[in-house]
Amino acid sequence: MAIWVDENTRLVVQGITGSTGSFHARQMIDYGTNVVAGCTPGKGGQVFDDKVPVFDTMTEVVKQTGANAAVVYVPPPFAADAILESMGAGIELIIAITEGIPVLDMLKVKAALQNSSCRLVGPNCPGVISPGLAKIGIMPGHIHKQGRVGVVSRSGTLTYEAVGQLTALDIGQSTCVGIGGDPINGTNFIDVLSAFEADEGTDAVIMIGEIGGTAEEQAAEWVKANMSKPVVGFVAGATAPPGRRMGHAGAIISGGKGTAADKFAAFEAAGIKCAMTPAELGSTLASVL
Amino acid sequence: MKIHEYQAKELLKGYGVTVPRGHVAFSPDEAVKAAESLGGNIWVVKAQIHAGGRGKGGGVKLARSLAEVRQLSDDILGMQLVTHQTGPEGQLVRRVYIEEGADIAKEFYLGVVLDRDTSRIVFMASTEGGTEIEEVAEKTPEKILKEYVDPVVGLGDYQARNLAFGLGLKGKQVNKAVGFMKALYRAFVEKDCSLAEINPLILTGAGDVVALDAKMNFDSNALYRQKNVVEYRDLDEEDPKEIEASKFDLNYISLDGSIGCMVNGAGLAMATMDIIKHFGGEPANFLDVGGGATTEKVTAGFKIILEDPAVKAVFVNIFGGIMRCDVIANGVVAAARDLGLEIPVVVRLAGTNVELGKQILAESGLALIAADDMADGAKKAVAAAAAAK
Repeated sequence: MAIWVDENTRLVVQGITGSTGSFHARQMIDYGTNVVAGCTPGKGGQVFDDKVPVFDTMTEVVKQTGANAAVVYVPPPFAADAILESMGAGIELIIAITEGIPVLDMLKVKAALQNSSCRLVGPNCPGVISPGLAKIGIMPGHIHKQGRVGVVSRSGTLTYEAVGQLTALDIGQSTCVGIGGDPINGTNFIDVLSAFEADEGTDAVIMIGEIGGTAEEQAAEWVKANMSKPVVGFVAGATAPPGRRMGHAGAIISGGKGTAADKFAAFEAAGIKCAMTPAELGSTLASVL
Repeated sequence: MKIHEYQAKELLKGYGVTVPRGHVAFSPDEAVKAAESLGGNIWVVKAQIHAGGRGKGGGVKLARSLAEVRQLSDDILGMQLVTHQTGPEGQLVRRVYIEEGADIAKEFYLGVVLDRDTSRIVFMASTEGGTEIEEVAEKTPEKILKEYVDPVVGLGDYQARNLAFGLGLKGKQVNKAVGFMKALYRAFVEKDCSLAEINPLILTGAGDVVALDAKMNFDSNALYRQKNVVEYRDLDEEDPKEIEASKFDLNYISLDGSIGCMVNGAGLAMATMDIIKHFGGEPANFLDVGGGATTEKVTAGFKIILEDPAVKAVFVNIFGGIMRCDVIANGVVAAARDLGLEIPVVVRLAGTNVELGKQILAESGLALIAADDMADGAKKAVAAAAAAK
């Protein structure tokens, strides 16, 4: 069992003919993900690696292949449009990897999402993987191990760090979700936590936050009120100076809000066991099993 | 990206926002000429730096004669202006803005920012003009009026009216405020702003609504489509190391500590700083070399770290996903050979091609300190930096 992504996923890669898209399409196919189509306007009719048909439009993709999930590797100026195109074609799950989408573009995407049943994960995220079943995104598949711990994070490599520690302790993962480092994202911590709470294949969760915004505080309140499974937490950026954007567009302490101290305090108050350092994510999770 | 007050006013004026007349000056002579061309008998001399709190820091002064304009400009130009946003070393003032004096009847606050919780742009207004909005938010949050803007519909007239009446404006003042706010909203969305702050927004004795100050920040992700905003960039206001890093598309932020950090990914880079602090060290920088870094980018990042004289040890912490460990290893070796390795460098590699990466480091003959994991690496880097002092 897992959430959102599994052996029934029929994936279309938007931007499959670009350098990033083609590299990761191959990685996903090698991992065993069912990649049924690619979509690049103007490249329709091509066949990617003699296996995957490429289409001009997402409407065609859905009609011809029955794709039910899309991953977006399209460059920032065109990424919001690519997300809206998939949404319009009726794709249920869209995972946007692209980093650097203008925030005002995302405001419009977010408004459109509110009138749709589609789920958007990201943007600026590593993607979603259900180890052993399917991976959608850019994470290294080989560090994962199939199992029963859910992972949700705003960061990419810090998620790999957590997963690497779990796997080293022989603790497998049900699904790992990167919700992305941008200030406006399609899926938040609570969406993922509630899916893990409902998932019979998940026993415990690691939640990795970072400075900026109040998503961690809201998630902590939700955990306190609704979550029966143990949650372990960490927040990156305790040493980050205020007012500076720490790599991620969303990782900024502004007006004294969004500090790591506030977020750790909210986690503790909600009964979330916190890792003292990022090197103790795996061992802290092991302690609650 | 940040711009100066005078640039923000120039930009806003183009959208129909009412601002006082003024000219920028780079010398006392230019300042006097600016005052002459403005006319009148009272002027404001305003230091132009990319930081708030200029007035309290002594960077904004009133002049009642041309001689005073010259004197004040001479004082302010070249001063290290210290405000709560500049840090104790302050920021060198290279430009002043000479503005006509204003007849202030009332002062308000008006701010436009992105609200992450609602995914909307929010207009905030308050009668507590001139004060830091954070202070108002903390002490008297009920005094902040808010209107959330639907991105599809835009700022409604009724929303602007809500704010105007809420500020206590009356009659024609309300229409003027509505026009002001709608123009500000248009500028915000057309120029991809991340923040616009008019503090204070004033009501003049004649009943006009005017931006006495203006601060605008822009979304770095959208600069590719904002060519004329990019022309406003003032490199003098930025850290030279950060400018150098930006040329290589590296995310670098200079800090005060002694341990240089080179990490891939923003979250891991922050976490690396945190773990250094946890073990008693102080990070010298934040550096995210990104997911798709090349040997060239890694080399450039390494050089920027090593050129900081405060750095006593370096911690390279890489979890290879897209980024392959052999690429990092080659970059580290190339930079170390190029610059000479005079300080200890601790390297922790994990993930894709880790064995190849370790092999490249081992065969380089360089005196690099290998670490097994993140905690081990942080401890070794802290110990090495402490030993070097």
